[in-house]
Amino acid sequence: MAKYDTPMLDELENGPWPSFISGFKRLRDDHPDKRINEVAGSLLGQLEHSYETRKGYWKGGTVSVFGYGSGIIPRFSEVGKAFPESKEFHTLRVQPPAGNHYTTDMLRQLADSWEKYGSGLVTFHGQTGNIMFIGTDTENTQHFFDEINDYGWDLGGAGPCVRTGMSCVGASRCEQSCLDEQKIHRTLMNNFTDDVHRPALPYKFKFKVSGCGNDCQNAIERSDFAVLGTWRDDMKVDQEAFKGYLDTKGRQYIIDNVTTRCPTQAISISDNDELVVDNRNCVRCMHCLNVMPKALSPGDDKGATICIGGKRTLKIGDLMGTVVIPFKKLETEDDYEELVELAEEIIDFWAENGLEHERCGEMIERIGLANFLEGIDVDVDPNMVNNPRQSSYVRMDEWDAEAEKWFERKAEAANS
Amino acid sequence: MSDAPRPPIESGCPDGFQYMHPMMRKQYGNWDYHEDPQPGVLKHVSKDGDALYTVRAGTQRILDVFTLRLLCDIGDEFADGHVHFTIRSNIEYMLTDESRVQPLIDKLESHGFVVGGTRNSVAMISHTQGWLHCDIPGTDASGVVKSMMDELIGEFKEWNMPNRVHLTTSCCQINCGGQGDIAINVQHTKPPKINHDLVANVCERPSVVARCPVAAIRPAMVDGKPSLEVDEKKCICCGACFPPCPPMQINDAEHSKLAIWVGGNHSNARGKPTFQKLVAAGIPNNPPRWPEATAIVKKILKTYKEDAKDWERINDWVERIGWPRFFELTELPFTKFHIDNWRGARNSLNASAHIRF
Repeated sequence: MAKYDTPMLDELENGPWPSFISGFKRLRDDHPDKRINEVAGSLLGQLEHSYETRKGYWKGGTVSVFGYGSGIIPRFSEVGKAFPESKEFHTLRVQPPAGNHYTTDMLRQLADSWEKYGSGLVTFHGQTGNIMFIGTDTENTQHFFDEINDYGWDLGGAGPCVRTGMSCVGASRCEQSCLDEQKIHRTLMNNFTDDVHRPALPYKFKFKVSGCGNDCQNAIERSDFAVLGTWRDDMKVDQEAFKGYLDTKGRQYIIDNVTTRCPTQAISISDNDELVVDNRNCVRCMHCLNVMPKALSPGDDKGATICIGGKRTLKIGDLMGTVVIPFKKLETEDDYEELVELAEEIIDFWAENGLEHERCGEMIERIGLANFLEGIDVDVDPNMVNNPRQSSYVRMDEWDAEAEKWFERKAEAANS
Repeated sequence: MSDAPRPPIESGCPDGFQYMHPMMRKQYGNWDYHEDPQPGVLKHVSKDGDALYTVRAGTQRILDVFTLRLLCDIGDEFADGHVHFTIRSNIEYMLTDESRVQPLIDKLESHGFVVGGTRNSVAMISHTQGWLHCDIPGTDASGVVKSMMDELIGEFKEWNMPNRVHLTTSCCQINCGGQGDIAINVQHTKPPKINHDLVANVCERPSVVARCPVAAIRPAMVDGKPSLEVDEKKCICCGACFPPCPPMQINDAEHSKLAIWVGGNHSNARGKPTFQKLVAAGIPNNPPRWPEATAIVKKILKTYKEDAKDWERINDWVERIGWPRFFELTELPFTKFHIDNWRGARNSLNASAHIRF
């Protein structure tokens, strides 16, 4: 039945982990639609050819849906003559709901639409966070989008634009959550819908939201605008629950795995077996809460730390996001409005000053954090650095005025 | 279909609450603590005393519609018709009835899905597209991951590791798979081969020149045609010129190798987040099973499992024992290529008398 032999791919049907190749073959052999059978067969043929020659054979191009300039990853085969049924194999990037929750009814509806127009292959989710509907031709790209757009789904970003956001499971199922991740995610993303669909920025710009410092969403490493949950008041200690850990795990375990692992030596055990926390020196790293989730919880005065400029290697090497807002309360509608304004300010400044193909973090490195802060009208704060300047080669003509600003801000904070 | 183009509805990111499991909606922001009853199962308890059980399963990630519908059928039978996907593409089912947990696990396993990936296990490998769909891949992603998970499945299903282990793979050095405790990434080892017949027509030459991180590309006339040339002594073989200019072919069946990096950690727990560091290179890009790469990953995991303390991620462990010991224990060679010479390299040098003997 198979048009192409796939001896190397057949190897990937062996072994205990679920095989994607078996799935492709089900589409080739068992699907009622002949078009899907042929597309899957052809795709397997081209993939086998890649395995044999150790080369990829897709090239990009220009495909979009009416009204948008983004959201489709066009793929045209360089070996389309040999594998004609999959010679156009575009991916639609579709924005998932905040937090990646689905009903089975909705997944089935998406599967039904995709079967009509596409290959029948889908991934939840790609590395940017999109639902990836993998494999359709140019014409059906539009038809599939029209159909799912009618029932609530929109495309994500691709190219130099605001990209699809990601947020952790957060408050929907995690006791460590310090934020309303769903609301932050949707408030930010849906303010920039135009920038998602119409690429006009220097390069990509990503939002990611993690509810605490565990940063399950890899926000600091992988996003230009990282929102991380934290708290300002004291962490909560349930001494009874702590005694429970002490009794079951033993004193040595608690010493080895909690107190000595605290990065700022801010946690200790008293003579009467109570847990003592030096909250002024705790950096909210989350380790002790992870080890003893029943005994320790975040405080009540919750908010966000915002880091800007994270990215992977191109072009100047890896960058983590840098703290730009040490603490931002996110309770009232005004708070959320300020968050959006900050994002707008940053994107506008970067759009104005970033070079082509330069990420926000790379621009910050090029111009210096202090200039960036001035550009977005954010005051300097010692939380933004690991340590003050080491290099003495610097002009400090306005030192007195800058020092005065610091004291003015301190006085203002003391009065408010 | 009418001929008039349909304007898009710019609805953006959908509201997650409409799809969320009812118990998650009810207890949103009101969770108290969690327990880990067994590998692959989480128990979250709310401040009201409601308990929610989550069963996590690994899949093939690239789902055909048959598999997607099967996962939906299982969700209908056991989880009130709601599912959740993790960042590493595992599917999660939420249950309120503890007695249904084991039957759900049995059902998932009977269909070949793998329950696990929680706490101190080897989690599902986060991966990219590769030969299946990418325009610049040096290798496949799904095949590497399938081959590796076949061998690491026992570690996915158990809690044998000192702390969680996140693996990632990437098919070029751009590293879309992201930072990992162990990352398996393609490493190009030769400068691009340029098809000078095509450059002028296909590539916007100034932007290709600008894309090079080491300024090794310059415009040139080759055989009377406008093209680009590469200073091969300066070239670092990163492949950044290939996406904007496909006639600068960087992929090479023989010379595109795999490299392994360790110690990337996105969490702030204990220490600040860390980037991964090179430990091994020159590994053959060897489909369909990539046995050489898997062997090194298994060796690193075995060493970590035996030597690290509880709760130490790989980066914590290496920081405690030091890199010389890491190379000694894993029996990997340390070469001049391990010494960084990029921006900030001086911060990676040992400028002290701190030596372990």
